[in-house]
Amino acid sequence: MTNHTEEQKGYNQKLEQQLENIFAGGQPKYHEKATQQGKLFVRKRLELLFDDGEYTEDGRFANCEAGDLPADGVVTAMGKVGGQTVCVMANDSTIKAGSWGSRTVEKIIRIQETAEMHRVPLLYLVDSAGARITDQLDMFPNRRGAGRIFHNQVRLSGFIPQICVLFGPSAAGGAYIPAFCDLVIMVKGNASMYLGSPRMAEKVIGQKVSLEEMGGAEMHCSISGCGDVLAENEEEAIAEAKRYLAFFPANFTEPVPVAEAIEAKVGRTLEEIIPENQNAPFNMYEALDVLIDEGSFFEVKKKFASELITGLARINGKSVGIIANQPKAKGGVLFVDSADKGAKFINLCDAFSIPLLFLADVPGFMIGTKVEKEGIIRHGAKLIMAMSSATVPKISVVVRKAYGAGLYAMAGPAFEPDVCIALPTAQIAVMGPEAAVNAVYSNKIEAIEDLKERRAYVQQKQQEYKEEIDIYRLASEMIIDEIVKPSQLRTVLATRFELYSTKSISQPPKKHPVYPV
Amino acid sequence: MKIIYLQQAKVEEENNMAQVLSTMTGTVFTIEVEVGQEVKKGDVVVILESMKMEIPVEAEMDGKVASIAVKEEDFVDEGDLILTFEG
Repeated sequence: MTNHTEEQKGYNQKLEQQLENIFAGGQPKYHEKATQQGKLFVRKRLELLFDDGEYTEDGRFANCEAGDLPADGVVTAMGKVGGQTVCVMANDSTIKAGSWGSRTVEKIIRIQETAEMHRVPLLYLVDSAGARITDQLDMFPNRRGAGRIFHNQVRLSGFIPQICVLFGPSAAGGAYIPAFCDLVIMVKGNASMYLGSPRMAEKVIGQKVSLEEMGGAEMHCSISGCGDVLAENEEEAIAEAKRYLAFFPANFTEPVPVAEAIEAKVGRTLEEIIPENQNAPFNMYEALDVLIDEGSFFEVKKKFASELITGLARINGKSVGIIANQPKAKGGVLFVDSADKGAKFINLCDAFSIPLLFLADVPGFMIGTKVEKEGIIRHGAKLIMAMSSATVPKISVVVRKAYGAGLYAMAGPAFEPDVCIALPTAQIAVMGPEAAVNAVYSNKIEAIEDLKERRAYVQQKQQEYKEEIDIYRLASEMIIDEIVKPSQLRTVLATRFELYSTKSISQPPKKHPVYPV
Repeated sequence: MKIIYLQQAKVEEENNMAQVLSTMTGTVFTIEVEVGQEVKKGDVVVILESMKMEIPVEAEMDGKVASIAVKEEDFVDEGDLILTFEG
């Protein structure tokens, strides 16, 4: 009997020893380095993420025989976040800089398969230097090599929410993990993504730049648009991931979660916020405050293409995706980047049945040689296609003006919004009165030599034009479905979204549209 | 050279000098500051006109206007210099 117990004790000791090694992660010097950089240990990140810090883990003993590669540098876990089951892949940067070996890759593939089987969201907590080049034949080109991770991401896209929180580098091929996620949260100072590191760039193309310039968090969140949320630190990044998740169902078949209704923020009214002068800027964020539950806004790509605001919010507790022109930035004109930004956001909301609210104050798409060379038509087409093919409830509100293709992009009447609402001061036209009169009567205007007379003529023509596009005329022609007092807009939106909750429409049978990318 | 990426304008900091660049193709509608004037972050320094809209360009930092590179009604392309700042 004694022998048996001794034997048992030995087994237990071995297990405890192994677990101790695994939970310790990499060598102390790497932990110290991480701490200096303001980074948390991977298991601390998981504790912060999961409810009560609890999670189950698979592949914990991966590569445990190697001795110095506990869990093979990645933790794959399942647990509850805000009461909802989620799967997580989390790199351990204290182990060979979080690089990928064959078991690392296999673990990531398996957690993707688990997330698919259980139909739950998958989070990628990325902090990795990329492939272990010494192991490349085991993890790079094969059927269940790193490529399969991206293949699975594409397969899961729109099926379950996929979120990337970037704490450190996401290098070379690894940079495609964030690229295929619905949302990318980047930690300021530490997060980066790039195909070639600055060292590689210097060697291969002779370019000398810093890591931040090459692929830092601020660059990606403001210039490239590869990052969606810029977090000050890791705690904030994790908190934001949780806040985002709360807007989403576990998978595309589940209903969108409903939160407790909160009153809108007390502040200026829409009449006070929106200037009478159609050409003067105002702050659309202030208008948003009037319409949404206070504190519910989760903005996506705040610093990127700020002329178009995109974000999740709640109205009376119900999730909505908001696409709003921002007249304060670039006049709210749509550009190449804002078109891309809107297209992806609409696509995201539609994939998970989150209704869309369009708040239009748009002079149109930008014109000029610069944007034509950038392919503004092609990019604009992406936005219009995303909006047009979205089958969720869509409410279009012309807050002040919707000119030209801007009306189309903001779910104008032809694009089957459930309703097209106008505020009493709204203008809808091919172009605004000034531009239209200048375009149509330019020869006549120039022919009038007396300046006073010329001004009077222009004013008269503008007045005639304004009458032509008068909002009651448009309502009379049933182009606009409803004219709403600004003070009643929030209530109208809440009521209508509630009524539209059973909407079901389908596209004609086909494989998929041909994307204008 | 340190480059700061900003929402309204790209500012290049060098020897404590900063440049405010045009955010959009259009014309200079009004200039709201004078050389030597102290400006606070968020103050509107120039209003451009583009697509029939007024486009305010705000100072992204506190500083003193060192020089103004444009005059009213000038055409500016995106990225053109508007004014320089002493930080």
